[in-house]
Parts: sequence; C-alpha cells; structure tokens
Amino acid sequence: MTAAGKYWRIALGVAVIAALIIVPMNFNRYGLYILSQWTVMTIAAMGLNLTLGYAGQVSLAQGAFVGIGAYAAAIMTTQGMPLIVALGVAIVLCFAIGWILGYPALRVQHHYLAFVTLAFSTLAFLVFRNEDWLTKGIYGISNIPRPNVLGFATNRPLPFYYFCLGSLGIVSLAMWWLIRSPWGRAFVALRENPVRALSLGIDTRRYTLMAFAIGSALGGVAGTLYAPLTQYIDPVPFNLSLSLDLLMMVIVGGSGFFFGPFLGAMIAVLLPEWLRFTQGYYLMLYAVAVMLLLIYSPTGILGILDRYLTERRTKAASALRAVAKSRLETAP
Amino acid sequence: MSNLLDLLVAGLATGAIYALVAVGFTLLWQTSQTINFAQGEFVMLPAFLMLAVMHAGAPFWLAIILGILLSLLLLGLGFKLLLVDPMLRHGVLPLAIATMALAIGMKEAVKQFFSAEASPFPSIVPAGDVWILGRVVSLQSLGVLALAIAVVIGLTALLNRTSIGHQMQATAQNPTVARIIGVPVERMILLTFLINAFLVALASLLITPIYLAKFSSGEVLGQAAFIAAIVGGFNQVRGAIAGGLLIGVVDNLAAAYVSTQYRAAVPLILLIVIILFRPQGLLGRPEERTV
Repeated sequence: MTAAGKYWRIALGVAVIAALIIVPMNFNRYGLYILSQWTVMTIAAMGLNLTLGYAGQVSLAQGAFVGIGAYAAAIMTTQGMPLIVALGVAIVLCFAIGWILGYPALRVQHHYLAFVTLAFSTLAFLVFRNEDWLTKGIYGISNIPRPNVLGFATNRPLPFYYFCLGSLGIVSLAMWWLIRSPWGRAFVALRENPVRALSLGIDTRRYTLMAFAIGSALGGVAGTLYAPLTQYIDPVPFNLSLSLDLLMMVIVGGSGFFFGPFLGAMIAVLLPEWLRFTQGYYLMLYAVAVMLLLIYSPTGILGILDRYLTERRTKAASALRAVAKSRLETAP
Repeated sequence: MSNLLDLLVAGLATGAIYALVAVGFTLLWQTSQTINFAQGEFVMLPAFLMLAVMHAGAPFWLAIILGILLSLLLLGLGFKLLLVDPMLRHGVLPLAIATMALAIGMKEAVKQFFSAEASPFPSIVPAGDVWILGRVVSLQSLGVLALAIAVVIGLTALLNRTSIGHQMQATAQNPTVARIIGVPVERMILLTFLINAFLVALASLLITPIYLAKFSSGEVLGQAAFIAAIVGGFNQVRGAIAGGLLIGVVDNLAAAYVSTQYRAAVPLILLIVIILFRPQGLLGRPEERTV
C-alpha cells in the first residue's frame, strides 16, 4: 500500500465515523431505531465472521446466542442489576456454550458444526418458549430498562444510539487487535490451508474452537444491546431465521473481510426500508440475489472489490516493470 | 401401554417418510458433495405444485403425476444445473450456504405466490381403521408405511442389483476411478439429483396429508432428515433408512411419554449424543480424513 493510499483510507475512516455521529442528530425516532439495530446486527455478524470468514466454520446458532444475550440482559436488568453485569454473564455463558457445542462437532468433520448448531438453535428456541418461570414464555419480557452510561441516561433514542455506536467501536477495535494478534493469524492460517497450519505446529482444532467460542460470545454481546434497544423481547425473533439472516449478512458483505459484516448488516437492515415498495417479494428477491452473488463471488461484495483492486494493482505493477525494462534496454 | 402399538406404527410411518428424505440427502452428499440445507423445503414444495395443478381443475391422480414431473424438472435438473454446477467449484461450504439461501427463497416464494396459511391436502390412502392383533391401527399409517417401504426396497434393489446402481455407487465412492473404468460419471450424478427429486416428491405426497401443506413445514422436515442421516450414518444408504425410522419412532414416543413441549428436543439430544460417542453414525463406517 502506498503512503497516499494509507492517508486516503484514514481520511475515509474519519469521515465515515464523523458522519455516523453527526448525521443522525436530526433523525426521527424510527431512523435512530434502525441505525441502532444496524450496530447491534453488525456486532453479531462480526462474531459470525470470525467463525465463518476466519476459521471457515458454518455456525447456524448465532441467532440463538443473540437470544441468550438478550434474555440475560432482560432478566437481569428487570431485576435491577446493571447492564454491565448482564454483559459479563452473557459473554461467559455464550463462550462456554460455544465451547461445549464445538468440542464434539469439530472432532468429526467441518460440516458437523453446522448440524450441531442447527440443532442447538431449535433447542434454545424451545427453552426460551417453554421455561415460563425464567423467560415468561410466549408473553415475553417487557419494560426492559436502558442503562446509565458514565452517569448519562440513555432512555432517549439518540443517546442510546450513541451508546450502541460506542459499543460497536469498542468491539471493532478489539476485533481489529484480535485479527492482527498471533491468534488471528492462526485463524487465517487454518482457513487458508489447515494441513499446512497443522504441520507448522498450530493446534487447528483448538484454534477453530476458540474462533467459534469468541464468535458466539460476540453474539451474546449483541444480544445484551438488543434487549434494551427493543425494550421488549419474546422468543420469536431468535428463531432459526435470525441465524440464517446473520449468515447471509456475513456472506453478502464479504466473509473474511474486516468490513464485510458492516456492509452486510447495512444491506440486511437498511435495504428493506428503502425497498418497501417490493412488499412481500423482498425476501424472495434477496435470497435470489444472494445466490447469484455467491455464484459470481463466494467472498461477497468486498470480494468483488478486492478482486478488482488486486487486478488494477497487478496491471500497474506490470506497467512499471515494463517501463523499467525498456529503460534498461535503451540505456547504453 | 395401551396405545404403544399405535404409537409405534405411526412412528414407523413418519419415520419411513423421514428415511426417504434422508436417503436423498445422503445420495446427494455422496455423489456430489452437496449438503442440501434446502432438503426440507424440497419436501414442502411438491405438495404445493400438486395443489396448484388441482386448483387448475385437474383430478388428484393427474396432479400427482404432474407434481412429480415438475419436481424432477425443478428440484432435480434445475437445482443441479442452476445452483450446484456453478457453485461446486467454489467448494463445499459456499454451496451449503447457497442452499440455505435457496431454502429462504423457496419458503418466501410459496408464501407469496400461494398462501401463508396451512392448506389441507388429500390423502392417497383412504382414512379408516383396521384391526390388528385385537387393536385399532389407522389405515393411513399402515398405507404410508407400506408405500415408503416399497420405495426403499425398490431403491435398494436399484442400487445393489442393477448395473446403473453399481455405476452410481462407483461414482459415489471414487469418481476418478469410476471415470477411468468407463462410468459416465456426469450422467450418474444427474441421476442422483433426479432420484432425490423423486424421493422428496413422494415424501411430500405421503407426509402432507398428516401435517398439512404450509410454507414453513420444511424446517422441521429438513431437520428430521439431517438428524436421521447423521444418526444412521452419513455415508450409508441403509444408515439413512435406519436413522429415519429411529427418529420417527423416537419423535412419536417422546410426544407421548416425555412432553409435547420438548418433543422436538429429544431427536436433537439424540443427535448430539451420537456425535459425541459414535460420530460415524450407528451404521456408518468411519471416514478416513483426507490429508
């Protein structure tokens, strides 16, 4: 990457963050709700991206982990406990469940994790619906309070949006660090070539399990934000379709790319708002579009962009080489 | 204990249908590494195709024939040419994810173009009861069971006794060697997709009178088929049959003796236990790891 390119990227990043802070200031309640939902879904999709994009495993339980986080937050905060405690519980719970689920599945073959998580998704939904004493069953939990952050109440939509955006920022930074740490490099190594990673002394199974468990914990984090966002939860939003939706977000944005989940969640959350006129056909068209995209580029929209940039760079490089060569030849 | 026999027969009947779906699922996996997450929706769709033909005024028998032909065309040929062939070069996981997108698309399409409500579906077996060993057993369960068993026996005979069956097995076991000894591998793979389409159409015909035709019914059916395939043994046709029957019986007994609320959980727990202690499935052979 050239120095100029780096400055451009930093400038673009600052501009996007500034826009995310300033532009929503005069949004109405609904617009802020949608944007907050985008941040929550982005966090959940980032977790899944770690599992799918970096460790190469399909998880169909990310929606269930969001549900576990949301119920942890709802149950504990309605009992008067602070949200941060619920967050800790959700992270530990989701990480542990991810570990327990992944451990047997990853002993066998990679697609077994998909089946085990599929089964777990249904199981979790049954527990949410049937354990009335804990989750209030189909009636759901209402009046979930919004937290006070550093002494500021976030009851109104705008402060709560900033709270969500801040959380997304913290999660993004942590993820950025994780991917660049030796762990993150091991995750990529075992996606690109598991046999080679194994021969280099990386315990592939442990790292895959770790990626899945951390990804699941991020689902729990998203859930603890989801509950105070909607202020009412029932089992329905956390069924299998949420897991599938999150998977599609990661795929559409670009699995294995850092900004893939941001883009994917934006498309999945905002596009239905703009495409209201398609009515019920929306999801059908979306599914067809996802299939076409997968056929053309399995690494999603950012994959297309990446391919284009790489091509341009190789062209530029070969042009430079040709110039250098001709100079060499014409020199006496 | 009074209704144990009835529960067993009903369980075996649904189990036999699950077995049909699971067999198709394992066949696709064996011959073309396709993990079809839309398999449940594949069972849901043919019933609606048949209903659509009947709405156009055709009698039931014609609707069945046209429904099966349309399934062969859409779920066999169309699925292979339009989705599997272009996706397969990207690998197993992207293809599996594409079938998940297909599942969403099929559900939504049926919801939009047909109905979001459950529709009744005529049964090919007449309603009624028969007396066996002094007990009343529903004729419908027996008929479904008999039909499903006939299909399974026919399929096993096709796979084990005919030349085409042997060629298909060779394709499943080792496509490269099969090609060298002159098996038309491409044609065999297409044949598996057509067989799968036929099996799901038949399963649809048999199960829809019991559970009604609904756009979302594929979720439960698909899960039952995956679990049957894994519990029985992913790489064995007879494993899938045994797994299907077992899941059907377990499901029915769980509904009666455990709790209706957690009925769906029992097969899932069975799945997790099997993966823990016998990952190759009850009848499966351990697969060598490809290194």
